[in-house]
Amino acid sequence: MSFLLEVDHLVRHYNLPRERLFGPPPTVKALNGVSFKLQPGRSMGIVGESGSGKSTIARLVMALDTPTAGTVKLLGRDLHALPRPALRAARRDVQMVFQDPYGSLDPRQTVARIVAEPLEALAETSRAEQRERAGESLAAVGLRSGDLDKYPHEFSGGQRQRIAIARALITRPKLIVADEPVSALDVSVQAQVLNLMQELQQKFGISYLLISHDLAVVNHLCDEVCVLHRGLVVERGAPQHLFAHAEHPYTQALLAAVPRAEPAALA
Amino acid sequence: MPLLEVDDLHVQLQTQRGPAEAVRGIGFTLERGETLGIVGESGCGKSITVQSLMGLLPSTAQVKGSIRFDGTELVGLSERAMCEIRGNRIGMIFQEPMTALNPVHTIARQVGEPLRLHRGMARADARKEVLALLERVGIPDAASRLDAYPHQFSGGQRQRIGIAMALACGPDLLIADEPTTALDVTIQKQILELIQGLVEERGMALILISHDLGVIAQNVSKMLVMYGGSVVESGPTAAVFAERAHPYTQGLFAARPALGAPRGQKLATIRGSVPDLIDLPSGCPFAGRCRFTIDDCHATRPPPTPMPHGHAVRCIRLGEVIAEGVLE
Repeated sequence: MSFLLEVDHLVRHYNLPRERLFGPPPTVKALNGVSFKLQPGRSMGIVGESGSGKSTIARLVMALDTPTAGTVKLLGRDLHALPRPALRAARRDVQMVFQDPYGSLDPRQTVARIVAEPLEALAETSRAEQRERAGESLAAVGLRSGDLDKYPHEFSGGQRQRIAIARALITRPKLIVADEPVSALDVSVQAQVLNLMQELQQKFGISYLLISHDLAVVNHLCDEVCVLHRGLVVERGAPQHLFAHAEHPYTQALLAAVPRAEPAALA
Repeated sequence: MPLLEVDDLHVQLQTQRGPAEAVRGIGFTLERGETLGIVGESGCGKSITVQSLMGLLPSTAQVKGSIRFDGTELVGLSERAMCEIRGNRIGMIFQEPMTALNPVHTIARQVGEPLRLHRGMARADARKEVLALLERVGIPDAASRLDAYPHQFSGGQRQRIGIAMALACGPDLLIADEPTTALDVTIQKQILELIQGLVEERGMALILISHDLGVIAQNVSKMLVMYGGSVVESGPTAAVFAERAHPYTQGLFAARPALGAPRGQKLATIRGSVPDLIDLPSGCPFAGRCRFTIDDCHATRPPPTPMPHGHAVRCIRLGEVIAEGVLE
């Protein structure tokens, strides 16, 4: 059985600035040995609170940062051991969607350039071909090819997040790392984007590594979920099962804190 | 006499693309000790509404209608008189605990500022009062942290400090604008419990703004649902949640992903997007996105239709909407 993504005993400690001249610098232990495996076409959710190490996992899987110890294998290749050109080529298979649809699109570039940029970074493609692929990618997320020459400010938050997803789709990746992709969106728009992500999953067999603090969002998109607490996976399982029968006290506390839309009875 | 009486409030903001009708004729009353929630999506006018109560609107904004706070008309009140009320009789908690505090002042100075300003307290007296406030909002080891700066606290602790500041002068009305949106769920729970406890203990009135229906359900006794600058549904929280009579309210409920729902299910969405406040439709603001729309919906703004329990809904197709039953 070959895995799409294998994360093995991942550790990442960050050194902070020294507090005393001759003392050792304090360290933040962001990840303390996280392991999980993901089969092709399946999706994994990572939930936890700020400081639990969620975004550090995303950065390490994207090879935007190097681990203190441990490995990340994408389709069998150890990303952190690859030489630079090979790493660049390997990035074709993994793309990222960020949290903030306002900060993650360059306001001075047209949508066509934004969406086609991963292609330009990967290989020699002609402008015409890039434009055509960008148009296809936009169509896949429910925007029109007429939007190619517009600028990000002409779009609403939900549409911008669609553009960001189109940019991630253009290299036809097997894995999309999505770090809080809907937390900046309004409820009604959030539902549209979640439905879109679900359709893409079914249509193109894309796997998500979904980082979220929102348990319901993970429940909607993922086959499996890891609950992260202080850099360690404290509980894992299928979301429907895990959320109904949480065993670890931290998972229970997380679930109990979610406000329920059930008011006290009418007096 | 109610503590707060807002009647036919209109706020027009000047933008680069022309005037925007951010609030269009909203009204509500609030008694002492009562809790009111305002729910809606971005651009629905909920934050502008509370900013007009606090006199924090940009100077180019035009405000019409009436806001009576404890007998004083706030619309058109001089800045000088407003300063007597803001931070003194009305306290406010902001969304971002990171930016609501001044990074270059110690927390003793920031939390004590309203006391020195409104109460004319001496520095030493204010410091004693600040210590009591910080202990009340649950800052551990408060005595030794009075001279610490905001960056030395976590997000949740900073929000507690923001609450201490809003409470310093013992306001009659506390306004919380998305107070927990930037916080983790477990911290959110603690902060909401703290606000709830303080409201009961001091008999303050509370206006809580949130986009989260769960937060509204558990923290306020009555609520307004806002859309496109108008209130589309209002009433006791339990009645609004039980009946969900307006098509927009129904859409909001149906769009939330549920914990424990089976995989592969589609979420219900509201087609289209929020209308532009610069050219709002003349009729019902939701008409362009609603399944029940008929020509009359576009013609005039619907009047409130009263329902049992003091619940009111602005929809002229209410009969048809209710006949279809609550969307699940």
